[in-house]
Amino acid sequence: MKKIRIGAGAGFSGDRIEPAVELAEKGHLDFLVFECLAERTVALSQLRKREDPNAGFDPLLGERMHAVLPACRRNGVRVISNMGAANPRAAARETIGIAKRLGLHGLRVACIEGDDVLHLKHAFRPFDDQPLPADTTIISSNAYLGADAVAEVLDRGADVVLVGRVADPSLFLGALIHAFGWNTESWESMGQGTAVGHLLECAGQLTGGYFADPGYKDVPDLDRLGFPLAEVSEDGSALLTKVEGSGGLITLQTCREQILYEVLNPSSYITPDVVADFTEVRFDQQTPGAMRVSGAKGKPRPQDYKVSIGIDDGLIAEGQISYAGPGALARAELARQILEKRLAQIGAEDLRIDLIGLSSMHGMPADWPAPYEVRLRAAARFKREIDARHLTREVESLYLNGPAAGAGVTFAVRQNIAIVPALIAREFVTPSISMEVA
Amino acid sequence: MMKLRTIAHARAGDKGNLVNISVFAYRDEDYALLADRVTEERVSELFREHITRPVTRYCVPNLCGLNFVLQRRPTDSVTRSLCLDAHGKSLSSLMLSMEI
Repeated sequence: MKKIRIGAGAGFSGDRIEPAVELAEKGHLDFLVFECLAERTVALSQLRKREDPNAGFDPLLGERMHAVLPACRRNGVRVISNMGAANPRAAARETIGIAKRLGLHGLRVACIEGDDVLHLKHAFRPFDDQPLPADTTIISSNAYLGADAVAEVLDRGADVVLVGRVADPSLFLGALIHAFGWNTESWESMGQGTAVGHLLECAGQLTGGYFADPGYKDVPDLDRLGFPLAEVSEDGSALLTKVEGSGGLITLQTCREQILYEVLNPSSYITPDVVADFTEVRFDQQTPGAMRVSGAKGKPRPQDYKVSIGIDDGLIAEGQISYAGPGALARAELARQILEKRLAQIGAEDLRIDLIGLSSMHGMPADWPAPYEVRLRAAARFKREIDARHLTREVESLYLNGPAAGAGVTFAVRQNIAIVPALIAREFVTPSISMEVA
Repeated sequence: MMKLRTIAHARAGDKGNLVNISVFAYRDEDYALLADRVTEERVSELFREHITRPVTRYCVPNLCGLNFVLQRRPTDSVTRSLCLDAHGKSLSSLMLSMEI
């Protein structure tokens, strides 16, 4: 029976590179997928593209491609990634250049465009009960495309596929549809392929990353964590494993945590391809390093695409200062009172003052010993930069004008881009494919 | 009384201003205890400072797990939040601090 080996080379844009090289060299892969595009990243990339029409793709694309393409070419591994971000065409051009410099002549590099739906604002509809943003604030709008476009570009023979906004599991499902010739309305195949993609899309989170808790959940060799791969069968079941000798682990616990990661209703995980049902998923440990996954189901896909709208959300200013030793908490509290009085006047929205080391994560805990050191953090939203700078100056002024022995001030003001979801009917959106040969 | 942490593990994920926290029994035989003690009411109480409406619980007996969905304030979505933990990633640890 035909089996396809598909690896996860990255789970976010800044992810480690050498686990992907390890997979390309030793994973006996057919496909290597890099998921590098967070919700907000595409909006930031859009801003870069406006300044430079050749920019707007993932800033680490060059480094990643240099690192993995030679081994991928040697071992017949095809690459799929959303490193195209806001400019898949420029990403493909950049990759062609890298392939030529590496002597990888004949490499077929393709891109998928059409996820950018900024010109279709009139067709947006609210997602759940969330109001659409004001037109003037919109920076970018990208529809989450599905696996069908990825499968089609692989059908045409691409060795490297670069996309922008495609749903994360669809990057993997597209390879499976291509390899097995699955009918895209075979909901069980779509559901199972989506489960495999969902398990792999965060890379190291399946193999022991975001997991270790010493004494409770111990993970070997996290410093050289191996990224996962799946050996998928035609029926959609898969063996989850990683390169032998790499760090990390694949256990019932890591798999269960990841199958429900970022999932709301486990019986309705909605993608552009299918409404997947993970409630009957089974994990069976085959060997210490290999887990069999099966049993995901599916229901017909939604009529609409989800759209991710990037909006200008004003400025966020933040400043921090530390207090240590006896009375640290009382001095931090005094600093808080001073800041609250001083900042009441300047039009800060949602002013937030945290005591890091005590209450910044979950609020004030009950019955907790006073910490040896405390770091005060003030953050707020502003419309005008002059006001935002006022907050950071007030925190810095605590050095000379605040409680004793305040130390280690840091501060920053940043432009914030927020994401608002929306829906758009499928018929408005047309993915388009282009391919070049190195 | 013991902490949930002794019998269960958890992971938090985010979608907009929603956070999901999945909780799984280490031993399959503890799932019934988990389902009995880690209720919507108790989780809503534990997370009262973080949520704008009671939490929703989905039971997944096949995985010996519960999945909780928390709605945070509209300004506490991952791309807008002023919280140090904008994603809510640390909230799984708050869940495991529950006494059962």
